[in-house]
Amino acid sequence: MATSTLNRRSFLLSAVATTGALTLGISLTGCSEDQRPLSKNTEPQTFNAFISIASDDSVTIQVPCSEMGQGVFTALPMILADELDADWEKVTAETASADKAYHYKTGWDDQATGGSYSIAGWYAALRNVGAAAREMLTDAAAETWNVPASECVTNKAVVSHPMSGRSLGYGALVAAASKRTVPENPKLKSAEDFQIIGHPKSRKDTTAKVDGSAIFGVDVKLPGMLIATVKTSPTFGGMVKNYNEGAALAMPGVRGIVPVPAGIAVVADSYWQAHKAIDALDIVFDSGSNAEQNSEKISAELHKGLSEEGLVAHEQGKAKEAIAANDSNAVTAVYEVPYLAHACMEPMACTVDVRADSCHIIAPTQAPGEVRRLAEKITGLPLEKIKVDVTFLGGGFGRRFEVDFVEQAILASKAIGRPVKLIWSREEDIAHDFYRPASVVRLSAAFDKAGDGLAFDCRLVAPSISQRALNLPDSELDGAAVEVLREIPYGFANTYVDYVRKDLGVPVGWWRSVGASQNGFIRESYIDELAHSRGEDPYQFRRRLLGEDKRHLGVLELAAEKAGWKNQLPEGHFHGIAVVMSFNSYVAEVAEISIEKNGNLKIHKITCAVDCGTVVNPSIVEAQVVSAVVYGLTAAAAGEITIKGGAVEQSNFHDYPALKLSETPDIEVHLVKSTEPPTGIGEPGLPPLAPAVANAIFAATGKRIRSLPFSKNGMTLA
Amino acid sequence: MISLRINGNKYDVDVDPETPLLWVIRDHIGFTGTKFGCGIGECGACTVHIDGEPVRSCSYQAGDAQGTAITTIEGLSPDGSHPVQKAWVAEDVPQCGYCQSGMIMATAALLDEKPHPTDADIDDSITNICRCGTYPRIRKAIHLAANTKGEA
Ligand code: FES
Ligand code: FES
Repeated sequence: MATSTLNRRSFLLSAVATTGALTLGISLTGCSEDQRPLSKNTEPQTFNAFISIASDDSVTIQVPCSEMGQGVFTALPMILADELDADWEKVTAETASADKAYHYKTGWDDQATGGSYSIAGWYAALRNVGAAAREMLTDAAAETWNVPASECVTNKAVVSHPMSGRSLGYGALVAAASKRTVPENPKLKSAEDFQIIGHPKSRKDTTAKVDGSAIFGVDVKLPGMLIATVKTSPTFGGMVKNYNEGAALAMPGVRGIVPVPAGIAVVADSYWQAHKAIDALDIVFDSGSNAEQNSEKISAELHKGLSEEGLVAHEQGKAKEAIAANDSNAVTAVYEVPYLAHACMEPMACTVDVRADSCHIIAPTQAPGEVRRLAEKITGLPLEKIKVDVTFLGGGFGRRFEVDFVEQAILASKAIGRPVKLIWSREEDIAHDFYRPASVVRLSAAFDKAGDGLAFDCRLVAPSISQRALNLPDSELDGAAVEVLREIPYGFANTYVDYVRKDLGVPVGWWRSVGASQNGFIRESYIDELAHSRGEDPYQFRRRLLGEDKRHLGVLELAAEKAGWKNQLPEGHFHGIAVVMSFNSYVAEVAEISIEKNGNLKIHKITCAVDCGTVVNPSIVEAQVVSAVVYGLTAAAAGEITIKGGAVEQSNFHDYPALKLSETPDIEVHLVKSTEPPTGIGEPGLPPLAPAVANAIFAATGKRIRSLPFSKNGMTLA
Repeated sequence: MISLRINGNKYDVDVDPETPLLWVIRDHIGFTGTKFGCGIGECGACTVHIDGEPVRSCSYQAGDAQGTAITTIEGLSPDGSHPVQKAWVAEDVPQCGYCQSGMIMATAALLDEKPHPTDADIDDSITNICRCGTYPRIRKAIHLAANTKGEA
C-alpha cells in the first residue's frame, strides 16, 4: 500500500491506515491540475499548486485539508515552510479550493480531511514540495550569479552566496525558479536542522478568530444571496406527505419553497424569516417503516445479536475451547454504549450559487472532493465548471464528512436561480446527524496457571458505518467497527473476535475516533475487570501483559509516572488507567477522581501520555489531546441519543448537554519524544478517557460501569 | 422600522421587532462575528454586550434593544487589541474558533465587573459551550487578561 493510492472507500475501510516510506508523484507545474488560479491573493507569483511567493518574499501556502479546529491551517504550512526555508513570520495560509492537486499523494486518493490523517498523509509530501522549491530557488540564484549551487545557502526566504556576499530574496527568484525542472529527489533536512517543525508556533488562524473576522460556513456572503433553512422528516426514512405552501409564501421575506430529500427548504431574505416560515408550513410527514423503532427495541436487538454468528474479525488458535476448558477462571462481561451526535458548534451550513453554466459552492466541509462530485451529479455540469471553496469549519468531528446539507443547498439554489446560503437550526442538527453507532459487546477471557493470557473471545454487535456510507456488502468486514478490540495488544495466545452487523434504522457515521471511541471504553474497562479478578494492580497487570510492546508501554509508564500512580493519593481520591492505540498513535490516560458526599463524580485531573511519532507543533498536539478529552468526557458523562417513534428524542444543548468550563478537570499532556513518522492526533486522545474514568469509579466505589453514559449509572458530574 | 446603536453607529432596520437581535446583527446589519449556536440561550455563541452587560442575543428581541448601546465582537476594539483578545492570542486559545467571539464577549463583561476573578468566579460566569474543549486555555487566558488589563 505504501506506493499506491487508495480510493475513499478502501481508505476508510482500512481500520488503521498505514504510513511509511512513500514515493511521491507530486506535480509541481505552475498551476493546478484543474487549471484554475490558486491563490486568492492576486499579487504573488504562483510557484506551484501549494506555493506562491510575493515580491516582499512573503509566502502563501495552500492548505489541502480543512481547518476545523485541529490546526492543519498552521501545522501543514509549517512542514512545507521548514523545508522551503521560508520566513515563518511572513507565511500566510489559505485553504485550498477543491482540486486534484490536493489529493493525498499516498493512502487516500481524494481531497478530504478525516481519519486523523492530515499530518500523517501530508508530512512526506509537503516536505518534498518545500525542499524541491528551495532547490529550484537556489539553482535560479546560482545561475544568475554564475556560481555553483552548492556554494549557496538559504535562510528566511533569501538565497545567499556567502563567498561573494551576494543575496537575493525568494520574491525576486520565483519567476525564474518556477520554470526550472522539478527535482525528483530533493535533499530533505535532517531532523536536527528543523527550524519550524517541532516548535510550538502560534496558530495562523488565531487573530481572525478573536476579532470576529474569520469566515465560517454561516458567514458567507454572495451578491444577491438568499438564506434558507430546512425541516426534514423527524422519523428516519419518513417522507413529506403534505404542507401548507400558501401560508409560508405569504410570510414576509419568503422567496420560495423547495422540496429536498425527506423535507422542505424555505428560502427567504433572512434566516429568521425562513425559520418562521418553516413552522408556518405545518408539514405533515409520513413516518414510514421506522415509526415503531425505539431505544428499548434497539437495545434488545443488539443483545439478541450476541447469540448470532458474525463475520470473523480476528482468529488465532482456539479461544472458545480454551475458555470452556478453563471455566473456573474465565471472566465474562457484556458492555453497551448508546448512539451519540456530533453537535459541532456551528450548525450545518452551505452556500451555493448554481448557474446555467457554473456552480460555486462555499462550504465548511471535510470532503471538498466529494462535494464537487456531488455537485457534478446534481447539476450535470462538467467538473471543471464546479468550484468548491472551503471556509473555516465550526467543528467537524466526522460530521462534515457527510454531504447531506450540501445537497439541500444545491437543490435550493438550483430551484430558486440565485445564490442561497442554507443554515440548519440546532434542532435539525441534533435530529439529523449520522450518529456514533450504539453497540453491545460480550467479552470472555481466561488465563493459564502462570497468569499469562490464554484466551480472549469477543463478539461485537453494532450497526455498520461502512454499510450506510459506502455500501459495504454483507460479506465484507467493517474494519472500523472492530478496531481496538481486534487489535488487542495483551498477548493472549488464543483470540477470537467476530462482528454481528445490525441495521437498526438510525443513520450512523464517523464520530471522533470512530470504532475506537466505544471499543476503547469496552476493552480497557474489561482489562481492568480482569486485573481485579486476579487481584492485580491494573497498571502493573497491563505492563505485564504488554510484554515487549515498547510504544504501548512507553505511554502507559509515562502516564502512570506523571500521575503518581504509585503514590499515596489525597484522602478519598482514586486513580483509573487506560491505554489505547488508534490512528497509529498511542495514548495512555490516568484519571484522578473522588465521589462527593452527595454521590456526585468529581474528576480532578486527567494525565495523558501521547506517542504520535514526530511532533510538528507541540502546542497544537497538546490542544488536540485536551480537546479529545473534553469531547470524550462530554460523551461519557451524559451523552446519549435515544430513539422514540423512529425519531431522535433530544433536540438541543438543554437535553444533549456539552461539558462546561466548570466541569472540566485539569488536563495534563506529556509527549513521548520520537523520530518515528508522524501519526494521528485529532482523535487518539479520546478512546482512553471514558475507561480511565470508569476504572477510577470502580476503584472508588466497587461499581463497574458497563454502559454509558455515567449519568445512566447514577453518576452525575460535580 | 427599528433603530439600533451598534458599535457606536446608528442603524435603522426594517424588521419585525420580535426578530432575535442575533439575526438582525448578522443578516440585516452584516456583522457576522456574533455566532448562532443553539438559538435557545444555552451556548453563549451569540453573546454581545447591551449597555455593557453580556446578553445572549439569540434570545433577546431586537425591538427591546432600541435605545441601548450594543457592542459586538467587531466593536470590542478597533484592532483586536482589547486585553481579552490579546490574552486569547497569547495563549493561542481558539481551535475551530466558532465559540470564541461569545467567549471573549462574556469574559470582557466579567472582567469589567470583577477585574480579578477567582477560578470559582470564572466557573460561575463563563457558562458558554466550546465543543472543541478550549476551556483550560480559556481559564488561563482570563487570568492573563486580568493580570495585564491594568497595564494595557
Ligand atoms: S445561539 Fe444564543 S445562546 Fe446559543
Ligand atoms: S473553539 Fe471550537 S467550539 Fe470553541
